[in-house]
Amino acid sequence: MSPLTTRSRSLAWGLSLLLALAPAALRAQAPPPPSADGSTPEGIQVPKPPFSEGIFPCTNCHDGKTVKLNTQRRQLKDMHEDIVLKHGPASRWCLDCHDAKDRDKLHLVSGEKIDFTVSYRLCGQCHGDKYRDWRVGVHGKRTGYWNGQKQYLLCVNCHNPHSPHFRPLKPLPPPTPPQLIQGTKGGSR
Amino acid sequence: MTDELNPRGPHEPCDCEGEGSRRLFLGTAVAAVAGALTGCGKISREEFLQHNFRELSKDEVNSVIARLEQEYREKYGKEVHVGNEPPLPGVIFGYALDLSRCVGCRRCVYACVKENNQSRDPQIQWIRVLQMDKEDGVDLQHANQYYNPEEVPEEGHFYMPVQCQQCSNPPCVKVCPVGATWREKDGIVVVDYNWCIGCRYCMAACPYGARHFNWGEPHVPSADVNPETHYLGNRPRPKGVVEKCTFCIQRTRKGRYPACVEICPTGSRKFGNLLDPKSEIRYILENKRVFKFKEDLNTKPNFFYFYGV
Ligand code: SF4
Ligand code: SF4
Repeated sequence: MSPLTTRSRSLAWGLSLLLALAPAALRAQAPPPPSADGSTPEGIQVPKPPFSEGIFPCTNCHDGKTVKLNTQRRQLKDMHEDIVLKHGPASRWCLDCHDAKDRDKLHLVSGEKIDFTVSYRLCGQCHGDKYRDWRVGVHGKRTGYWNGQKQYLLCVNCHNPHSPHFRPLKPLPPPTPPQLIQGTKGGSR
Repeated sequence: MTDELNPRGPHEPCDCEGEGSRRLFLGTAVAAVAGALTGCGKISREEFLQHNFRELSKDEVNSVIARLEQEYREKYGKEVHVGNEPPLPGVIFGYALDLSRCVGCRRCVYACVKENNQSRDPQIQWIRVLQMDKEDGVDLQHANQYYNPEEVPEEGHFYMPVQCQQCSNPPCVKVCPVGATWREKDGIVVVDYNWCIGCRYCMAACPYGARHFNWGEPHVPSADVNPETHYLGNRPRPKGVVEKCTFCIQRTRKGRYPACVEICPTGSRKFGNLLDPKSEIRYILENKRVFKFKEDLNTKPNFFYFYGV
């Protein structure tokens, strides 16, 4: 028996020849695309920064009294010793990015204080090419509407700022080779 | 076949004993003709007499959709919505995949299977991720789709996911003897599963291995069926027809990104309107190193590969 059996359409095919020249059906008008509407100062939709649980606001401890300000470059011992700093030159340390006086903020090289929600401005100081690509949606991921509101990810949603190298992943299972697909007369290719 | 829904053995060519309720539905004359032509009575009289989707009037489309939704309700025990959104005016879809960022994790493969109701058993997957050697570059002779290490990416390799390239000059469309597959105004190449005769000429013509055939009765567990579908896209397919990626037509014609774009953990997948100069896809085409896969075949894909770094 031919492989066409279940879906053979000889009759319908024949009938369709009679109608082959009929005009294509008119189709309904498409709805207007949803409009873009951001909520950050620049209008960029970003998720919350990925703080460790219960760590923010930093001023809960770093209020100038509970923990005294210490600008000495040093190995941390009492707190945050889980943080592995593997980002740029060895001389890099906390207060290059975190603001010493206002611990709930970051600061740029210029001294300007910025919120954690716009940390991409800080990253962009060194990684200008990536920052440019991110702003136009080429570096990083966007979700939502290609013709409307888009959700961005912050740099730190994918790259741990203290150790930014993208971590390897376990791949999902490979496809089943055609010869092992049961109940078929061949593969799907 | 292990599938309890379909208890016949793998060597019987056709489901001839399955004369269920829909067969009783057939008028005797049509049943006789249908039986003679198809060798069995699996499809309804209405479906048998249905015309090519492009020739249907609005009313006919609505009744076809109502019939399909009824069939899916019976089969899966839940509401499945079948849409038929037309192409958006002023839109031609383009896709770009960043070969410098893809790590070969296959998240896209399974997000696609889920979103597009691909058969779990027998397995059908519209996206295939090829592992290649950095030293050899894009070289299909040495591509491996079965890699399975503990972690990706593997040293010295890069990854190239391949799916339908939505060609502007699609050889698959040219060879179809019945016009069951065509290119829509927004550049998506679609298949009318109710018109496909299963001859598989298109699969032979496609240089990208992008088309897949339902050799067996496709099986998707009811709970996993994505109920938001499109007639020309991810609605559940019957046995004996060809299917392929449609850029998630059911999502993208409503403005959403395709499922593979949204799942990719490395942000390697970019999508948008080629006619919009401000879109990210246009930025990539104008500013990055871009190539088309097998460009020399003149298939003119609207799917591009690029190097983001
Ligand atoms: S999900 Fe992204 S990184 Fe993973 S294989 Fe697919 S394209 Fe590559
Ligand atoms: S990639 Fe293959 S199936 Fe897709 S349009 Fe091109 S020839 Fe057709």
